[in-house]
Amino acid sequence: MIPAAFAYYRPTDMAGVISLLQEHGDDARVMAGGHSLIPMMKLRMADVPHLIDLQAVGGLSGIAIGSGGIRIGAMVTQSEIIDDDALSAAAPILREAALQIADPQVRNMGTVGGNVANGDPGNDMPGLMQCLDATFSLIGPDGVRDVPARAFYEAAYMTARGDEEVLTAVTIPLPAGGYAYEKQKRKIGDYATAAAAVQIVKDGDICTAASIAMTNLSDTPIFSEAAGAALIGTSVDDAALQAATDAMQGDIDPSEDNRGPVAFKKHVAGVVLRRAIARAWSRA
Amino acid sequence: MKDEVTREERIDSLKGMGCSRKRVEDARFTQGKGNYVDDIKLDGMLFGDFVRTPYAHARIVSINTEEAMKVPGVLAVLTAADLEPLGLHWMPTLAGDKQMVLADGKVLFQGQEVAFVVAEDRYAAADGIEQVEVEYEELPVIVDPFEALQSDVVLREDLVGEGGTLPDGAHGPRKHHNHIFTWEAGDKDPTAEVIAEADVVAEESMYYHRTHPCPLETCGCVASMDKVNGKLTLWGTFQAPHAIRTVVSLISGIEEHNIRVISPDIGGGFGNKVGAYPGYVCSVVASIVTGKPVKWIEDRMDNLMTTAFARDYHMTGKIAATKEGKITGLQCHVTADHGGFDACADPTKFPAGFMNICTGSYDIPTAYLEVDGVYTNKAPGGVSYRCSFRVTEAVYFIERMIEVLAIELNMDAAELRRINFIKKEQFPYTAALGWEYDSGDYHTAWEKALKAVDYEGLRAEQAQRVADFKAGKTRSLMGIGLSFFTEIVGAGPVKNCDILGLGMFDSCEIRIHPTGSAIARLGTISQGQGHATTFAQILASEIGLPADSITIEEGDTDTAPYGLGTYGSRSTPVAGAATAMAGRKIRAKAQMIAAYLLEVHDNDVEFDVDRFVVKGAPEQFKTMKEIAFAAYNQAIPGIEPGLEAVSYYDPPNMTYPFGAYVCVMDIDVDTGVPDIRRFYALDDCGTRINPMIIEGQVHGGLTEALAVALGQEIAYDDMGNVKTGTLMDFFLPTAWEVPNYETDHTVTPSPHHPIGAKGVGESPHVGGVPCFSNAVQDAFRPFGNRHTNMPHDHWRIWKTANDLGLHD
Repeated sequence: MIPAAFAYYRPTDMAGVISLLQEHGDDARVMAGGHSLIPMMKLRMADVPHLIDLQAVGGLSGIAIGSGGIRIGAMVTQSEIIDDDALSAAAPILREAALQIADPQVRNMGTVGGNVANGDPGNDMPGLMQCLDATFSLIGPDGVRDVPARAFYEAAYMTARGDEEVLTAVTIPLPAGGYAYEKQKRKIGDYATAAAAVQIVKDGDICTAASIAMTNLSDTPIFSEAAGAALIGTSVDDAALQAATDAMQGDIDPSEDNRGPVAFKKHVAGVVLRRAIARAWSRA
Repeated sequence: MKDEVTREERIDSLKGMGCSRKRVEDARFTQGKGNYVDDIKLDGMLFGDFVRTPYAHARIVSINTEEAMKVPGVLAVLTAADLEPLGLHWMPTLAGDKQMVLADGKVLFQGQEVAFVVAEDRYAAADGIEQVEVEYEELPVIVDPFEALQSDVVLREDLVGEGGTLPDGAHGPRKHHNHIFTWEAGDKDPTAEVIAEADVVAEESMYYHRTHPCPLETCGCVASMDKVNGKLTLWGTFQAPHAIRTVVSLISGIEEHNIRVISPDIGGGFGNKVGAYPGYVCSVVASIVTGKPVKWIEDRMDNLMTTAFARDYHMTGKIAATKEGKITGLQCHVTADHGGFDACADPTKFPAGFMNICTGSYDIPTAYLEVDGVYTNKAPGGVSYRCSFRVTEAVYFIERMIEVLAIELNMDAAELRRINFIKKEQFPYTAALGWEYDSGDYHTAWEKALKAVDYEGLRAEQAQRVADFKAGKTRSLMGIGLSFFTEIVGAGPVKNCDILGLGMFDSCEIRIHPTGSAIARLGTISQGQGHATTFAQILASEIGLPADSITIEEGDTDTAPYGLGTYGSRSTPVAGAATAMAGRKIRAKAQMIAAYLLEVHDNDVEFDVDRFVVKGAPEQFKTMKEIAFAAYNQAIPGIEPGLEAVSYYDPPNMTYPFGAYVCVMDIDVDTGVPDIRRFYALDDCGTRINPMIIEGQVHGGLTEALAVALGQEIAYDDMGNVKTGTLMDFFLPTAWEVPNYETDHTVTPSPHHPIGAKGVGESPHVGGVPCFSNAVQDAFRPFGNRHTNMPHDHWRIWKTANDLGLHD
């Protein structure tokens, strides 16, 4: 559990970060909270000769809530998400999900930006951000660009972010309706056996909008447009729940690990999604 | 002189036995002031670390250390070839086998030690490890002991004679080249006859999975050879420091007086730190070679993958009974997976530990046990994880067999236990497999437990739940887990128990200081049990000096009397007895001194709490404090100065703690998630020294039981890769996963122990595992479940429900 030697940088502005990334290419990695990267380095599974710490870089913190949406700086920690009452009022699913990530010590260090940028299919925030239709802001040598969360993830640890880019913020349209983040895990600190993020809008007894994303059931987070569509126009009765879970099953592709075999994960994914929809509907 | 203080106040001020005295250790532990082996820093100290094999079975073609030696800071790379001239490339195991210190031509399990890199710091050592080039030739891997017994693949060529003959092993003849021993207890043919003729026979096979004690602190040591005076000092995480000293002397040839072994604070042991590991040998050799102190500390993966697994028993049983439910016979066969080397930590004559306690708490007239030990391509170990030797396996076996028999008889499992318990008046009770149980009152404990949880009410609620489930009103089932266990601890009588020929007595040496305080040293070593607190309480009650004025010291072989250490709940039964006996020697001398000071005959004074009083004249007395001063400073005819005593205690028998546990669990049928609603634990550990520490021990043991029953496992894939080598996958429960425990007790003192105490540290683990498991199994009993194997993690519980058609 001893990492290989690496050079440590602590630049104070983004220009410094970018120039280091340009200089060292894929030999360099930026680090936010470090709670994914450092264990991988200690296991010598990640080889990072040049480690760039973002802690001292300005402009990456803060949560701003406006009429157009919510902007969360990349270095905002999970604890800050949990502790921000205005944020919880505007987008309560964020607190519900963040409370199910790791444990309090890890949440004090772990950041939203690190969680979404790392591309680990086990992380909870990527699926959540797909559910919320978030946009990720990236900065690189060629300037700033925005990538929708739903188009960001390519494979495990493979994302649309270029080697010389840094994810600086997450922007979320103000969510409407009921919400739920339902996660089954083996113990505190564990990744999900299966997790579902649901936002749902109700008009009278009819569902008018629904957004569904699943976590740790494929090598990327899964935004299941079909599952959401199956609910729209229904009263979210048993038939609609069944249609939504069936649609979701078509989108996920879990693999066997110590949490269990594929059949179990698919079954639990269905149960978790049903419960998430039911809870979100009850809050809508 | 008029005594202003009441007798009760004098008793209270001693903080003796029965008092929930606060732990004296906690001041330093809670302030980060403990002194663990990794806190030891010596001038010029080097670090050693291992190159480990990624393959579970492979021949070593070559080892090239050239590049590693070029890494800055790397000073030496030891291989088997370097150790061979010293005769240290192999070492004896506690089980009479031998084990490679560094891979000698082949490797037998993933993570096995191949080379030892010695460097100026641990970073350089880690870099050096990466540069050692080892060429392997892969061999067929066997991770299943049943396959091992059929396979042509020879795991241990060193144990096969010329022409393929099989020399006897340490425990007798071997049946196959991958077979280690067969061990039997009880009567084979009579048991078979009883089973053949019985009204009812229940049969079941169960696998008690491989797991690991996983103490918070991993294993490690610092070896420092002083070449000037020829003395070796070895600090380490040793549960048995004196035994380590003797073993180091025997295998290194260094005279025992030139070896000092020190166990500093130890961050949990649970059996993991009983054995001798290659890291200790390599550190000693490296210190001799370099002339500098050498530290070796395992990381978490090293610890989980290579040092001291527990369990891995495949058990098959038959239990016979009359149709009224009176048990008539029990048969048990175990196929024991010992891994690549037989390094089980058991008394020499017991290669399967005390598995022959598997008749449990029941009056079973006829029984037979047979255990076959087998080599596989898994890590060696086989320690007693928070239990006396293999007692957890034995109790799990019988408590599952009872449940299965209850199903066979269509009988309530609590009632079946009740009608088969050994009765109070049968103690001392000789069991069919040989042990003599010292004392017990099982019926009283059982009734108290069932009443406390309203057992009848729980069964009614469960029946309603089943009806609701069948009616589609709920997807949750309710399980009621029962277990009644009898432990066998306090190894033990030297006539039965030795390890490598070292008799398993223990010891205490007391020195009373002139001003009436004291130091006592023991042959045991605390790893969190609170010895410094409780042993002082025993002494306070025995010698009448306040516990707060008594220092307890353990773990330094240069100062402590010889003893066999702390494991198997033996500290209180053995060293606790030695403490009481040494205290009584102090008291006997104090009586003579008091009589002299009071100018009466020795027999005319008697001990009273903290003093000797003249019989019939309680106003005439000498306090122990006064006596201590006189012992050193007053010339007393016929009595040597000083007030010291030492006792080496060889117990006449083991002690047999017992208990009654009930777990109430709700199970989500659709996700396999269990929710422990209630856990009631009644323990009878005989005389209770410190109720608060007992409660803490019970909480800890139950939590480790929960871990093992519900998910904690060392799992291998078919290639012998460890699948659970980190705490992400190896289940270590947190406060979040742990229920509220309700503790209770009865008190049935041990008749042969000086203070009647039996030991408690391991009882809750032994009784807890079957209780959690039985709760899971019980939830599915109404739907046809008989037995499913642990660990009951989410997917296995889900699978049970799925196999029973509950998801259809």
